[in-house]
Amino acid sequence: MNGSGKLRMIIGRLGQSIPSVIGIIIVTFVLTRALPGDPAVYFAGPAATAESIQEIRESLGLDKSWPEQFWLYVRDLATGDLGVSVSTGFPVAEELLRRLPASLELTLLALIFSISVALPLGIAAATRPNSWVDQLCRLIVTAGVSLPVFFTGLFMIYIFYYLLGIAPSPLGRLDIIYLSPPQVTGFYTIDALLDGDLELFGAALAQLIMPAVTLGTFTLAPLARMTRGAMLQVLSSDFIRTARASGLRRSTVLYTYAFRNALLPILTTLGMVFSFMLGSNVLVEKVFAWPGIGSFAIEALIVSDYVAVQGFVLAMALLYVALNLTIDILYTLVDPRVGLDD
Amino acid sequence: MNEFFKHLRYVLTENPVTLIAGGLFMTLVVIAVLGPVLVPYDPLASNATLTLKPPSWQHWFGTDQLGRDVFSRVLIATRLDLAIAVSAVAISFVVGSVIGSLAGFFGGWTDRIVGRLTDTIMAFPLFVLAMGIVAAMGNTVENIVYATAIINLPFYARVARTEVNVRRNADFVLAARLAGNSSLRLLATHIYPNTLPPMMVQVSLNMGWAILNAAGLSFIGLGVRPPTAEWGIMVAEGAGYIVSGEWWLALFPGAALMLAVFCFNLLGDGLRDLIDPRRRT
Repeated sequence: MNGSGKLRMIIGRLGQSIPSVIGIIIVTFVLTRALPGDPAVYFAGPAATAESIQEIRESLGLDKSWPEQFWLYVRDLATGDLGVSVSTGFPVAEELLRRLPASLELTLLALIFSISVALPLGIAAATRPNSWVDQLCRLIVTAGVSLPVFFTGLFMIYIFYYLLGIAPSPLGRLDIIYLSPPQVTGFYTIDALLDGDLELFGAALAQLIMPAVTLGTFTLAPLARMTRGAMLQVLSSDFIRTARASGLRRSTVLYTYAFRNALLPILTTLGMVFSFMLGSNVLVEKVFAWPGIGSFAIEALIVSDYVAVQGFVLAMALLYVALNLTIDILYTLVDPRVGLDD
Repeated sequence: MNEFFKHLRYVLTENPVTLIAGGLFMTLVVIAVLGPVLVPYDPLASNATLTLKPPSWQHWFGTDQLGRDVFSRVLIATRLDLAIAVSAVAISFVVGSVIGSLAGFFGGWTDRIVGRLTDTIMAFPLFVLAMGIVAAMGNTVENIVYATAIINLPFYARVARTEVNVRRNADFVLAARLAGNSSLRLLATHIYPNTLPPMMVQVSLNMGWAILNAAGLSFIGLGVRPPTAEWGIMVAEGAGYIVSGEWWLALFPGAALMLAVFCFNLLGDGLRDLIDPRRRT
């Protein structure tokens, strides 16, 4: 009974994301058609004649009415067609897919870093309010949201690469002396391990650490703040007092009783954290010349390759919806109270 | 009002950090207003004999690759950076509070449409949406302002909606309605002023994020064009010199940016304590 309730909730949640997806598609459609001036003139280039502009207008379907154009846009999307990048000449979807593993590897490591620092810090701060740990937590939280990621990244490069010389040169996923591992997952670290090449694994990881820490530092703040707040609230509730009075071990009270309950608001914050992360990813990729989808979008922006930029915006938005959906489903699965009342 | 000032004095003396942030804020405003009078050098004047010099008594923050004085450029940039953030926040404040109030007051279809609109904006990673908007509308400073305003709109609309909604049927509103005020008049003169304190907190917390966002956009080459002095683009220009050890090009504009954001965040926290002591964390 409980299981079917949860299943129904998950299906309901899946249904709720449909309006978001429709909204996203409408917005990206408007953004691709809201180019200043006539898009056909733009795509035809500076040496265009009236006939060639007309030809491009027809081939792009710009001579049709807006609803018709929207229908064609949706039909192309359904087949995974995001248009062709003007600057590289390849389909945008293909370009994005090729670069996605680089971005995902960076983002996931950053997420692992920021969770593994933020949760213990938030818990420590909540268990000892106004102690030095709490002050440290407060400082990190306020400084973390104020530091521009591109600034943190640059100064990590200055300190660890230029001054101390312990970090590899901040250019891309691998030093030029290495060849990339045979592609299995697209994550260089995992592919290197699968290939059994430990030296390559070390090299790939060394390149990853600085950008991942930079990205993680920015998202650490909201997570630590939420962990501290949620833990404080749970620790002051009646059932914790009862658990303590019953003489349970300190660690049992803290981790089994308090932390599990605090986990739910933390999970909700993760949605906002992902929004920050996907945005800051672009900046971090630029700083470290990381060949991910963010760098692709910046290169496209510089040469005014709008098809590629809007394809990137659409892909990121869909990824974000998918992440939020995953969080909500996890939430449903983790919380034993959800789905009980029916 | 007297009560308010007593409380203000209490908050300021209780938390000296807010006082420092207030001082910092005033300094930023003075620099933004008086910038051109304060700078020791012309921020655009290049000097081929003085390129990439480290900080010295003549040039406090050193000189850049064209021999321009970094200190002067950082000071001058304050005005542009604050102007972008203030105008963006002002637009989202005005538009957000109007549509949020209407949604909270009338409910029904108005509420559904506004809710759908804000949900759609929030469905995007916000910085990425701003990139897309600037790319589509054209690469200018005004469009940076509009893009920043659009991505911040949902926060204001949601606060306004909630604050109006809880007061919609409050006794003082019902009394005013009974006295013969029209719906719009009720909303504008009786309910809306009450939503201003939480909205102000939102403004102050949002300002830092707006500055960061605008600087991030110009860091990736959108909006502000060289040789204009702006913190984000100055960090971007200095980035290439970091690996060869010329740290002052990127450090000082970056530090100015950080200080400004830090100041607004602290001020926002202080303001929240002042207006709503219960939400203190």
